Amino acid sequence: MEKELRLMKGNEAVAEAAIRSGADAYFGYPITPQSEVIEYLMAQEPHKRTGMVVLQAESEVAAINMIYGAAACGKMAMTSSSSPGISLKQEGISYIAGAELPCLIMNCVRGGPGLGTIQPAQSDYFQSTKGGGHGDYRLVVLAPASVQEMYDFVEIGFDLSFKYRNPVMILADGIIGQMMEKVEIGPQKERRTMEQLIKQCPWATVGKPATRERNIITSLDLVASRQEAFNLKLVKKYEEIKEKEVRFELINCDDAEYIIVAYGSSARLSMKAMDLLRAKGIKTGIVRPITLFPFPSKVLFDLADRVKGFLTVEMSTGQMVEDVRLAVQFKKPVEHYGRVGGVIPSPEEIVNALEQKIIGG
Amino acid sequence: MAEITIKDIIKEENLVYKKSKVLTNNTMSYCPGCGHGTAHRLIAEVIEEMDIQSQTVGVCPVGCSVLMYNFLDLDMQQAAHGRAPALATAIKRLMPEKFVFTYQGDGDLAAIGTAETIHACNRGENITIIFVNNGIYGMTGGQMAPTTLKGMPASTCPYGRDIEMMGNPLKMTELVAQLAGTYYVTRQSVHSPVNVRRAKKAIRQAFENQKLKRGVSFVEIVSNCNSGWKLPPVKANEWMVENMFPFYPLGDIKVEGQLVTK
Repeated sequence: MEKELRLMKGNEAVAEAAIRSGADAYFGYPITPQSEVIEYLMAQEPHKRTGMVVLQAESEVAAINMIYGAAACGKMAMTSSSSPGISLKQEGISYIAGAELPCLIMNCVRGGPGLGTIQPAQSDYFQSTKGGGHGDYRLVVLAPASVQEMYDFVEIGFDLSFKYRNPVMILADGIIGQMMEKVEIGPQKERRTMEQLIKQCPWATVGKPATRERNIITSLDLVASRQEAFNLKLVKKYEEIKEKEVRFELINCDDAEYIIVAYGSSARLSMKAMDLLRAKGIKTGIVRPITLFPFPSKVLFDLADRVKGFLTVEMSTGQMVEDVRLAVQFKKPVEHYGRVGGVIPSPEEIVNALEQKIIGG
Repeated sequence: MAEITIKDIIKEENLVYKKSKVLTNNTMSYCPGCGHGTAHRLIAEVIEEMDIQSQTVGVCPVGCSVLMYNFLDLDMQQAAHGRAPALATAIKRLMPEKFVFTYQGDGDLAAIGTAETIHACNRGENITIIFVNNGIYGMTGGQMAPTTLKGMPASTCPYGRDIEMMGNPLKMTELVAQLAGTYYVTRQSVHSPVNVRRAKKAIRQAFENQKLKRGVSFVEIVSNCNSGWKLPPVKANEWMVENMFPFYPLGDIKVEGQLVTK
């Protein structure tokens, strides 16, 4: 069968992927730079294409709680927003993690704090990978570096969320959301029937038949010892995720003396920087984390034995760099270079940073 | 004529009142005299009588009734504080054939969840909202609620609600009745047998209305809070009749989408 190729914005790719992966619902609230997601969905009328429900909520808070309601019924539900809106969703995300519900959340990150800017940033790394809302929990965090990955990670994200009954976040940024690239579109998957849903999610609250006990979706347990046991159960789940779901890309690392660690848009910018460095005879490779949680610590730990140093490139004041330092365990120098507030670093700046902070440092 | 013994009376065919099958055997966590138990029972009876147990999904709030899922033998979701109408919106839109209800207190529905309540009502979601208003935050220990009456003491207004300082009590039920998306809006109570029967009729109507797909059915139940009000149960009910009912008058506010004129 001939491949279906389209030129799409990252945000549109996410929306089309949601329909194609057989999602049951999208609930969202407009915010720049990701409003194309709901605009595209509304224009596509997915209720006609697949029966998918799309609703513009009164707030990000309502939208994420709609996700909770849908997910508690075993439905494939997705929301998206950008940084200030994701902050508003944190209450609901914490409840979803606490109730062990599957869902997909896309954050098209913009600069902060506060209202910040509408320009791209990667300053929500801590929020996404360390919990974000209250309580001990983790999201699975996928970091796309292309419009194709924006598309592909929707289905991967849904699969992971149902496999582990855990919310999954696609951590994009304003560049990936807004830029247009060629995308290979997958086939339309059928939405699950109610029978398939019940088989996959026997815990779903879809009405209690006489043949089973009632299903209760809650994150509450007032008995401290039971709540502790639940917290430890979550830890066990996260440990399994760390063991099985780490994804990363190694670019020219085999002969590299220096490693740039970068995800998403920064990884794309770092590719050009790597070429410039190699043209100067500086053997540089890139480790691109694809999952930010679980973080590819092991590969960095191992690389530290045979390279001279690491430079993280992030559009933040230095967030992922902390995880890189933890992974490298002081075996080799780890420095950070970033531009913030919506400013995008140039490849030349990255070259200078590596030369000054790592080679000259 | 032979003497009638107690054994002759206690027979299945003589039973006129028994526990609804939709109630579990768990002991309710409510204070003695609290209206929540009666309100739960009425919902359970209506669901049993309509034979919709297998088609019903309930959403419980944060507050005293947070553990409602322990008492009703239904599939239930526990919502974040105030967000129940958002959950119910999604549940109903994804499973329009199911019966979906929220059960919310006044802090949940009329303070922190005001936006979710107003917008679910305004969109005309085909859900039932049961709103239990006792004018106080019960679970957290008797703090002032959006519905606390003028002059009424609470732990965060120990000298009584001062309107100038703390603002006015909110008549949420009258407010949602103004919205085009509400189909049935009524205010009831469960403090006397006649009121219990009226409240049950209203709850039944509110569930039946979901079949019509004409919008939200909203039933407020003005109730008591012996612990929060620091009154014994009977006195609490008397206080409710004397003080709550004049400000929150009982009766239908909107029927079949039309405001009731008095």
